Amino acid sequence: MSSQTDQSVYYVPHNGWYPVWVAFGAFMLLAGLGTWLNAVKADEDPSAWMMYVGGATLAVVLFFWFAKVIEENHQGLANEQLKRSYVWGMGWFIFSEVMFFAAFFGALFYARNFAVAWLGGEGAKGITGDYLWPEFSSEWPVMANPDNSLFQGPAESMASPGIGSWLSYLPFWNTVILLTSSVTVHFAHTSLKNDSRGGLIGWLALTVLLGIVFLILQGWEYLHAYDELGLTLSSGIYGSTFFILTGFHGFHVTLGTFMLIIALLRAIKGHFSHHDCFGFEATSWYWHFVDVVWVCLFFFVYIF
Amino acid sequence: MPKVNIRRLTPVARLCVGFVLALVAVGAGADELNMTRGVTEISRSIFDLHMYIFWICVVIGIIVFGAMFWSLIHHRKSAGVTPAKFHESTKLEIAWTLVPTLILIAIAWPATQVLVAMYDTGGEDMTVEVRGYQWKWQYKYLDEDYNSTFYFFSNLATPQEEIRGQAEKGEFYLLDVDEPLRIPTNRKVRFLITAEDVIHAWWVPEFGIKRDAVPGILNDLWTIVPEPGIYRGQCTELCGKDHGFMPIVVHAMPEDEYDAWYAERLAAEEERKRALSKTFTEEELMAEGEAVYATYCASCHMPNGMGVPPVFPALDGSPIATGPREAHLDVIVNGVYGTAMQAFGEQLDAAQIAAVTHYERHAWGNDADDVTQPKDVIEFMSSQQ
Amino acid sequence: MSEVVEAGHATHDDHHDHGPDKGLARWLFTTNHKDIGTLYLWFSFTMFLIGGVLALVIRAELFQPGLQFVNPEFFNQMTTNHGLIMVFGAIMPAFVGLANWLVPMMVGAPDMALPRMNNLSFWILPFAFAMLISTLFMEAGGPNFGWTFYAPLSTTYAPETVTYFIFGVHLMGASSIMGSINIIATILNMRAPGMTLMKMPLFVWTWLITAYLLLAVMPVLAGAVTMMLFDIHFGTSFFNAAGGGDPVMFQHIFWFFGHPEVYIMILPAFGVVSQIIPTFSRKPLFGYDSMVYATASIAFLSFIVWAHHMFTVGMPLAGQLFFMYATMLIAVPTGVKVFNWVSTMWQGAMTFETPMLFAIAFVILFTIGGFSGLMLAITPADYQYHDTYFVVAHFHYVLVPGALFSIIAAVYYWLPKWCGRMYDESLGKLHFWLSFIGVNVTFFPQHFSGLAGMPRRIPDYALQFADFNMLSSIGAFIFGFSQVFFLYVVIKAIRSGKPATDRVWEGAHGLEWTLPSPAPYHSFTHPPKITDAEAHS
Ligand code: HEA
Ligand code: HEA
Ligand code: HEC
Ligand code: CUA
Ligand SMILES: [Cu+2]
Repeated sequence: MSSQTDQSVYYVPHNGWYPVWVAFGAFMLLAGLGTWLNAVKADEDPSAWMMYVGGATLAVVLFFWFAKVIEENHQGLANEQLKRSYVWGMGWFIFSEVMFFAAFFGALFYARNFAVAWLGGEGAKGITGDYLWPEFSSEWPVMANPDNSLFQGPAESMASPGIGSWLSYLPFWNTVILLTSSVTVHFAHTSLKNDSRGGLIGWLALTVLLGIVFLILQGWEYLHAYDELGLTLSSGIYGSTFFILTGFHGFHVTLGTFMLIIALLRAIKGHFSHHDCFGFEATSWYWHFVDVVWVCLFFFVYIF
Repeated sequence: MPKVNIRRLTPVARLCVGFVLALVAVGAGADELNMTRGVTEISRSIFDLHMYIFWICVVIGIIVFGAMFWSLIHHRKSAGVTPAKFHESTKLEIAWTLVPTLILIAIAWPATQVLVAMYDTGGEDMTVEVRGYQWKWQYKYLDEDYNSTFYFFSNLATPQEEIRGQAEKGEFYLLDVDEPLRIPTNRKVRFLITAEDVIHAWWVPEFGIKRDAVPGILNDLWTIVPEPGIYRGQCTELCGKDHGFMPIVVHAMPEDEYDAWYAERLAAEEERKRALSKTFTEEELMAEGEAVYATYCASCHMPNGMGVPPVFPALDGSPIATGPREAHLDVIVNGVYGTAMQAFGEQLDAAQIAAVTHYERHAWGNDADDVTQPKDVIEFMSSQQ
Repeated sequence: MSEVVEAGHATHDDHHDHGPDKGLARWLFTTNHKDIGTLYLWFSFTMFLIGGVLALVIRAELFQPGLQFVNPEFFNQMTTNHGLIMVFGAIMPAFVGLANWLVPMMVGAPDMALPRMNNLSFWILPFAFAMLISTLFMEAGGPNFGWTFYAPLSTTYAPETVTYFIFGVHLMGASSIMGSINIIATILNMRAPGMTLMKMPLFVWTWLITAYLLLAVMPVLAGAVTMMLFDIHFGTSFFNAAGGGDPVMFQHIFWFFGHPEVYIMILPAFGVVSQIIPTFSRKPLFGYDSMVYATASIAFLSFIVWAHHMFTVGMPLAGQLFFMYATMLIAVPTGVKVFNWVSTMWQGAMTFETPMLFAIAFVILFTIGGFSGLMLAITPADYQYHDTYFVVAHFHYVLVPGALFSIIAAVYYWLPKWCGRMYDESLGKLHFWLSFIGVNVTFFPQHFSGLAGMPRRIPDYALQFADFNMLSSIGAFIFGFSQVFFLYVVIKAIRSGKPATDRVWEGAHGLEWTLPSPAPYHSFTHPPKITDAEAHS
């Protein structure tokens, strides 16, 4: 017995085949994506099989991996220590996500406060604008770029029209939706704490619905931007920062919604109890994080 | 106190003592081992700063390594010592936090002064735009309103044979250009630095100035050179294949000589503009074309026109260089955006473009049945507007 | 709670602990911290040899002026991939490997907190580097824009393989982030009762702080390459002034990652040296508390100094001054560390086994590298040093006899614990002296060629730099040879070394030495009792 790990203190899983396949799947997905992107750029016939194989591998293996973890949890193998490790893990993962967005927000601040100002002939390096880009003047959103023949500026921007007209301003409604969804997911949590499974399922379902509505509206906004405003990825720094920030946020909302759907299914199957609900809690933290990012976006991308 | 006997030093210790001595030798200022003092006020204050920090580091090093070697020698187990037990001393720890901080302040102070002096732009007597290209420098002399009076390119002058080891390397191997930047002594010259394609950096060690040339962004710098002379530097930002082959040569001339040169250069410029309407013979075109090709094109497309596939296409037998002339001129005049192929319409005049186009269409195995004259190029360029 | 566990225990045999599997499956599917540590270490050594061979190509070309062996295009690929492979493939994975082996043993745990993820963190790496290195064999050629990949050389003007480079960096980032999360969870969560934070060995402390650095900056690097990807493939203009962006913005974002990155490569080294010096001085580490605070201060400062890599980019004066002052400040906590090491040796009873020799060389040569770092921090002087071989000399002094020597020292120090066998002491000493001479002959002359004005990243140079380059190339081959010799010493020890005792070193303290040599597959199956004697070292 002494050579065996004390399972009430530690949980050390046995060897597993999932991780190495995840690594393989991720490799195939990205190598395939790279090949595909390069082919598209070179105007060649893109082939996407590698990407699909990678994506499918990832999806299948992750499914089994998570299923295994859930199963082990049901068997009571996950002890307090492991659960705490999950909590730390998720917490610091979210921190790393925050830093990922920080890079894009940093780009936005730098571009607005330094690059565009200098190119427009203002500030400490305003000579750049005076000498190299005499036509360009600094404004945000940037409607006309320093070189409009390479990057055609947008016809209109997404900037907030002023608080008076917010009722007809889509991003405002998106904010309302996401903020509401943070509240609903919180209610789901309180229901869980009160052992109300019906409440949990109801609130969760509502949250999922709000997530999906948000995504639909966001998609609609993008269509509007591309078709009517001429605001695209290639309409200069405004379009670049706008789409990278909202785009990666949207991508995270998609992931979050997916996680919520899983949590919902698990709730329906009765997986969670008020003292054992890490899967649900991790999802809800993630959802709150996505929400906070949106609030920052709403302020810095749309309003200011 | 036991005496230190050099033979009793461990090999580690001996080597390290030698090392410190070597350092000190450098400090003592063997010239070719050290940073150049340069010729300008700024470069000299940088040099002094450099030596000042260097000596501070040497002194700290001697104290720290001295203490360490002392214990390496005297506190060896084989010397029969028993280890002490102490493991902290708040006083000491505070001291060795504070003292380095004070030393740093003593360094920061003069450093700040030099830096502030370097940022003292304005009040210049003349302005030159410096523009980095893959892989050459363009110098544009500006008038008071920042309009170009004339410009030229400064290309590496070292022949390929020297680089490839087929000829004896000259004295200024890799540090020589076909036409240097000329500036007058004792005048405040302002440089506006930018780049066309990727980031380069313009550095003249003896002036103590180095600045990145960033495409689309302008940096400014100034210098006052007190002594006439030829000063050499190199591009110092990785800018692709020939980053190691784009030297900078500045010829600082006495003021009157410079003024004379400037007047002459300006007049020649007018003359050249007039020559654009001329018609050349095929021989003249081939000769001029070969010269232009060698300076501007051969670094990528190679002197034999074979290029460096797949990145730099061969022109010998290229469908563009042998097909319709319009397309050929289009590539040369407008470049290919997003590749290393630059828009030479902004770099060469119509006569040079005509010559190089003609040359490419008739050199190596190429044999087009047309003649390209400056007027064809002018026509092509105006048809684009 | 415990009933539940017992139940699970009885019905699921495969969760019982037993020895390793046999064959390839052991390594592919392992969740064991020692196996994974071993994988990391061998992977890192392989990458070190590959990166080293690229360095030898560089040094061979630079042996004499003129173009001898490679053309400039290929030379740039060598420089770039040498830097990338050494930083991301050799040094970082080596430290993660050491963390895997040592952190659980040092805090009294059976394994890492999240063993499956641990396996994933490792196995991503071979794939990532396969992706990166394969580009060298593609028609368009591999990355050629320097390990710092400044836009627009790495965007508009890059070979098409840059796409694979970008995704390779994404993969490495994912690996590092998961690795750090695991290490943080292990340290915060798996310490044996009584192992308070301020009793943790310094190696554990430095890794905890390093893990936070990684978590904070790897995502930023991912963001930077993502923006590159968009500039290249989706028409954005983050780094293009024509569209209102700025190439310099790339540098700010890159160095916000890049500077902490260099401390990621040195903090664990500080930890290793802080373990080794007390052992062979037979004296407790001097100033444990201040070591911890100094590490934390270095980590904090590392976030506000990034633009010292960009002094020549044309920042406004206030920015230059801020970054100069902040950078200089790092000398203070680093100095505290150096002084503490010296004070630990002071009045000790020292012996000079191989790990100690490497540790002493670390203290000296790292400090010399630190001094040249301080010189670089002085903005006006940096105008003369920047992008010359002086910088190359600086960072090789902190990275090779710094980070790399600490890794080698760690291997000699803990190898007997890992495999139960001693290395051959005289071969170890020989390896040390070869390395010590080699490294100085290689990199010391680079200070001079740099001061004399030789730019970095050039395949050919003016005649006045010839002597120093020749010397440097000779040193590089000596140094390279001595690392192949190292391989021999290690393999010999593993295969036929004399059995090691449990404590191995007379002066060694710490939980790992209470375990048998070789250490059992699951280090501590029951939490050990922490006595004061085992804490702190
Ligand atoms: C392990 C990696 C590592 C470490 C630890 C350091 C440590 C330091 N580095 Fe270095 N650095 C690099 C890796 C590292 N660096 C790399 C890879 C590059 C180049 C990247 C590239 O461009 O490719 C670089 C480049 C670099 C530059 C940019 C140069 C240029 O491109 O122009 C600068 C400028 O400030 C700098 C400064 C410093 C300083 C001040 C320290 C300090 O931390 C050093 C502090 C230590 C000491 C000072 C010695 C001990 C102290 C005492 C004994 C106390 C008393 C001392 C005094 C009061 C002076 N480094
Ligand atoms: C992180 C750590 C690290 C390490 C350990 C090294 C190790 C070495 N580096 Fe490093 N170097 C960097 C990081 C590192 N470097 C970085 C970041 C850059 C900047 C890149 C850039 O500019 O973008 C750089 C750049 C750089 C340059 C400048 C290139 C240029 O500017 O063009 C040079 C030139 O001398 C150089 C040399 C060396 C040498 C000789 C070693 C030696 O220590 C290597 C020792 C050699 C070996 C270990 C080889 C052993 C193998 C054999 C002898 C053959 C056996 C083979 C098999 C079994 C397959 N390096
Ligand atoms: C810095 C490198 C570089 C220099 C200098 C250069 N070129 Fe090019 N050139 C290129 C590249 C790269 C291409 C391929 C562009 C593409 O991808 O279509 C090219 C393409 C061409 C082509 C089209 C060939 C074909 O078959 O596609 C012609 C013609 C040409 N260059 C002429 C010239 C002339 C004339 C000069 C000098 C005045 C010159 N080039 C200088 C890099 C260069
Ligand atoms: Cu231009 Cu380097
Ligand atoms: Cu740095």
